[in-house]
Amino acid sequence: MPERRVVIASNVGLHARPAKLFAKLAADQPAKVTIAKEGQEPVDARSLLMILTLDAKGGDEVVLSAEGEGAEASLDALATELQTDRDV
Amino acid sequence: MTAEMTGIGVSPGAAYAPVARLAPVPAPPADTGPEPDPAAALARAKAALETVAADLDDRAEAASGTTADILDAQSMMPRDPALADQIENSLANGRSTPHAVIEAYGFFRSALEAAGGYLAERAADLDDLRDRTIAVLLGRPMPGLPDPGHPFVLVAKDLAPADTAALDPATVVAIVTEQGGPTSHTAILAKSMGLPAVVACPAAAALEDGTEVLVDGGTGLIVPDPEPGRVRRVLDAEAKRTAALAASRGPGRTADGHAVQLLVNLGSPADLAAAAAVDSEGVGLFRTEFLFLDRETAPTVDEQVEAYGQVFAAFSGRKVVVRTLDAGADKPLAFVDHGDEPNPALGVRGIRLAGTDAGSSLLDDQLTAIAVAAAKHAAEVWVMAPMVATPGEAAAFADRCRAHGLPTAGTMIEVPAAALRASRVLEGCDFASLGTNDLGQYTLAADRMNGSLAELLDPWQPALLDLVSLAAEAGREAEKPVGVCGEAASDPMLACVLVGLGVTSLSMAPGAVAAVRAELSARTLADCAGMAARALHADEAAEARRAVAAY
Repeated sequence: MPERRVVIASNVGLHARPAKLFAKLAADQPAKVTIAKEGQEPVDARSLLMILTLDAKGGDEVVLSAEGEGAEASLDALATELQTDRDV
Repeated sequence: MTAEMTGIGVSPGAAYAPVARLAPVPAPPADTGPEPDPAAALARAKAALETVAADLDDRAEAASGTTADILDAQSMMPRDPALADQIENSLANGRSTPHAVIEAYGFFRSALEAAGGYLAERAADLDDLRDRTIAVLLGRPMPGLPDPGHPFVLVAKDLAPADTAALDPATVVAIVTEQGGPTSHTAILAKSMGLPAVVACPAAAALEDGTEVLVDGGTGLIVPDPEPGRVRRVLDAEAKRTAALAASRGPGRTADGHAVQLLVNLGSPADLAAAAAVDSEGVGLFRTEFLFLDRETAPTVDEQVEAYGQVFAAFSGRKVVVRTLDAGADKPLAFVDHGDEPNPALGVRGIRLAGTDAGSSLLDDQLTAIAVAAAKHAAEVWVMAPMVATPGEAAAFADRCRAHGLPTAGTMIEVPAAALRASRVLEGCDFASLGTNDLGQYTLAADRMNGSLAELLDPWQPALLDLVSLAAEAGREAEKPVGVCGEAASDPMLACVLVGLGVTSLSMAPGAVAAVRAELSARTLADCAGMAARALHADEAAEARRAVAAY
């Protein structure tokens, strides 16, 4: 299963607006994508609630995994989103 | 026809309109699970969640900016696939549909609470969504503000800050609550919006949606289905009253010309334009918490300079008393570790926070920003610290202000110790301002958040007035200003009592200034002193009120 390791760019972390934008983008992907913090269970990337409970902070590294049609493209899109500073 | 009823009038004015009730949070029925058809139950739950989300979408469309952004994020939660999974689990474990929904929201609530900080605060959002979902499932109206499409009298058991955030003064013409007291959130809000309001009226429970009511926020009288002639008489008198208030102008004066500064309280940039438009001599209490609460990181000095500058510009040529950050246990900051405090009102809050490293640098940044903004504008900027208890704290704060180039530094008096030793407190600083809400809570040992203690929290409590008298006397001797910036100042009769006790300025909700000015201009200073003597002679708040009304 393809994976990407990404460092979260937004200072606030994967909370509030950055979390919302990420979950929305994940829901638009044809592939099923999960997101995990190091050593923790992966969660559904479309679930804003599960993403919030990850409590990923700015500068934390997360692992994205995808399976199904367009997995690589989905990972690219979501990794780019996480690398975008959404604080502004 | 329902009989007339009375409560406590807390915000003067009269209004006549149909009732619309704030829908209560629905109580879920007992758990009747397991559901005979879990798949159908899940479909019902999902449909209810979708209804809640669609309603939030509609409201997000009508809103703008930050509010729209927040509502948009909220609408994602009922549609969250993980929430539906949890509901499916709970149904499989034998819960009835409403209880499966409650359990699923509860799962995420605990997870957010466990994360702490900012996320823990969002846990309350989930409670609201849960209540909305349950209401839809049970076929009840969704909890929250009604929207009947015409002006109405809002009737509720009580109002929480969340209920009133979206209150539109164009459609709500008066507020009636069954519970609450003169210092409750409802009373404060109604006064600041200039809306007639009656609180502590248990009989209002019988008022139904659509019933026409006449509400008098001065006397506390509520008349369901009134005679047309009576409505006309009351509304004519109301029109005369508002015209008289609108005609009252200029600085505060007693009938014999004794000057009393009339100032406004200001708590958020949203209220700035309306507050600045009021005929007042400035801001007596500029609360700065809005810059610090509900955010992940401390505001930068530049951001603060900008925010303070807007206020100083709007009040150019007038006085602005800035209160430094009053955060702490009951108003926690996401970026400061407050530890665990079992008794928040008595904890590390206000100036006490400056005793910590994080709090100390927050205060330095804030004073720097205030000084920079003050230098750029023509407002007369004073600064004061909240929660000062000892003369040493007051003097240390004043020294710190002066070191930042802020020449006029004072102290809030809201801790009884500071009132008792006001003359010593004033030795080390330039002025004092009595925060009667907190001073009342600490003097009467009555939690401001506890509705059942409303009587003890009444600003007419003679013990509270004794402390005001002590502080005002200390100010007179030291020839330093001692004002009042609590709710007490916005009650016209009580304002006269405070002036009689020797208070030199009154700061209040902007909507209250005209009525206080009018009352004050009808009394001499000797009248005010006589009213004060009567109030101090009483044993109970209600007795003090009666004695002064009869003066």
